[in-house]
Amino acid sequence: MTAASDTSVSIQDLSLNFGAVTVLETLNLDVADGEFIVLLGPSGCGKSTLLNCIAGLLDVSEGRIFIKGKNVTWEEPKDRGIGMVFQSYALYPQMTVEKNLSFGLRVAGTPKEEIAKRIARAAEILQIEPLLQRKPAALSGGQRQRVAIGRALVRDVDVFLFDEPLSNLDAKLRAELRVEIKLLHRKLQNTMIYVTHDQIEAMTLADRIAVMKGGVIQQLDAPQTIYNRPINRFVAGFLGSPAMNFVDGRLEDADGGWRFAAEDIKIPLGTYDFAKPPAPGPVTFGIRPEHVSLNSGTGWPFSIAANVEVVEPMGSDTLVWLKLAQQNFSVRVTSERTPKNDEAVTLGFDPMRASLFDTATGTRI
Amino acid sequence: MSMADIIAQTSPAAGAGARQGITGPYGPKPRRMISRRNVFLYGTLFVMAVYYLLPLYVMIVTSLKGMPEIRLGNIFSPPLEITFEPWVKAWSTACTGLNCDGLSRGFWNSVRITVPSVLLSIAIASVNGYALANWRFKGADTFFIILIVGAFIPYQVMIYPIVIILREIGLYGSLSGLVIVHSIFGMPILTLLFRNYFASMPEELFRAARVDGAGFWGIFLRIMLPMSLPIFVVAIILQVTGIWNDFLFGVVYTRPDTYPMTVQLNNIVNSVQGVKEYNVNMAATILTGLVPLIVYFISGKLFVRGIAAGAVKG
Repeated sequence: MTAASDTSVSIQDLSLNFGAVTVLETLNLDVADGEFIVLLGPSGCGKSTLLNCIAGLLDVSEGRIFIKGKNVTWEEPKDRGIGMVFQSYALYPQMTVEKNLSFGLRVAGTPKEEIAKRIARAAEILQIEPLLQRKPAALSGGQRQRVAIGRALVRDVDVFLFDEPLSNLDAKLRAELRVEIKLLHRKLQNTMIYVTHDQIEAMTLADRIAVMKGGVIQQLDAPQTIYNRPINRFVAGFLGSPAMNFVDGRLEDADGGWRFAAEDIKIPLGTYDFAKPPAPGPVTFGIRPEHVSLNSGTGWPFSIAANVEVVEPMGSDTLVWLKLAQQNFSVRVTSERTPKNDEAVTLGFDPMRASLFDTATGTRI
Repeated sequence: MSMADIIAQTSPAAGAGARQGITGPYGPKPRRMISRRNVFLYGTLFVMAVYYLLPLYVMIVTSLKGMPEIRLGNIFSPPLEITFEPWVKAWSTACTGLNCDGLSRGFWNSVRITVPSVLLSIAIASVNGYALANWRFKGADTFFIILIVGAFIPYQVMIYPIVIILREIGLYGSLSGLVIVHSIFGMPILTLLFRNYFASMPEELFRAARVDGAGFWGIFLRIMLPMSLPIFVVAIILQVTGIWNDFLFGVVYTRPDTYPMTVQLNNIVNSVQGVKEYNVNMAATILTGLVPLIVYFISGKLFVRGIAAGAVKG
């Protein structure tokens, strides 16, 4: 393997064990220069651990880490050219905002004029100039997180690492700062690696998302690809809110093509884009609630009828719950077309939008 | 029902007139000053206070009396003729064994023992605790367990070995020998104290400082220390009172001319020759106890302020 000099961050065969527990398993990840990568996964999947390894806060058990073409596996955090933003902000409580920003530079012995220049620039970018003389205790959550980002900014680093930076904020602030981080990335064009368990953050921010589970990257792709063509059932279920519908059934070889069957439901798959050559057997049929329509006529090559069980109005649209082959199934409809409880409806969808998974292994077919 | 109706119904205090129409319980429940609960509570507090303050009262009153008045035997009665003679004698002329220059010698000895012992033990223990909490070096847990076990070993077991060690390094009987002994014996409990305090600090703060490039001492001096005033105050109280009140180590590891105040007090009070000068004994005892007392009074305030300052979330 070559020393990946054309990438910003390159992780090669990285493993990490705590005693007998394997947290990361021979993990490989190449991040292009200026790319925004989001590590997404449930808690305990190793995403924060991976970030701490990149930052140099944890020693790795196996493998190498390159940043800007330099092997930094044994380097101290400060020598890696990284800046890190933490979930709890981690501002030094006894220092003013200005001292917080300049701490790293003062430790490194940067000249005073240079420090002042860099703080002025960071404060302008993040619009925290009026706060410079305040202590962290006198700041709101959003302001604190901005200062935390500024602390990484002043150090003029190549790579920004974000460890769930918005998780401590309320929903409204989170949405605001999300946009600001995206703007910041457009302005700075730095490489950013961002850890989150929030799929909305991942979808909105990332150039590419790495969905992680059990210390392994399940899928690394552009957000739309991950959303539309999840590589396995875990990825399919983790992304999307409300979650994708799954119906267990069988793949059958009918005359003139493949079809999915569960009890009395038969769905000809027609144009479905198989990921590998299909074979008859148990499969899980998945489709997102927004890709299903209610009472949309008889143009579909199948007919599925069901009764509405529960209706969940969510403002902009409504989630309709029903039972399909005795399994829960949700449909997202616009608020104007909401059916009533117990109403009989017919379902329609394009099989091309569906995902088929091997029931036993969970991989995409 | 309109919105206005609902508001009118749910807030009867909206108008002063609304209150007149209300019967039954309204507002805070009335409490009687002299209830069974209050009598019991304050009665117990009063009895406990008297129980603890009475000896102090007797000591002060006795120390201000002359010997003839004490011989009358009314230990609770206030002095008829206030005299500070016993205090002066206790401080500067009372005889302890060979010397007759009072407690003043012991006082200065105790100062010269306590100040360096407190500074040294806290300086070392705080770094110990910081290293154990934040820099989890290999064998840190084992080291910590050994240290804690040290806190449970009875002093008596170690007295004689330490005598030999001090003799071999030529410090037996000197003040610096006693300072070393006090510093070592303060180590387990102080390290535990500091380790737990530093462990309770957010770990991300420590990580942020590492990313910012601060090293072992940089993080300790510039990040951790400014945040740990409360625990330092606690440690100082613990050590000052503990070392000042120490008798055992003082009597074992020093010579008569380097005896700490507590040992001298014992020698004054327990001297067998001549008449028992109760007034001088009382004055000497109060003088010896004064330092821990002052520490409690001063640092108590500081302590609360320190806790309050430390509680501000960053």
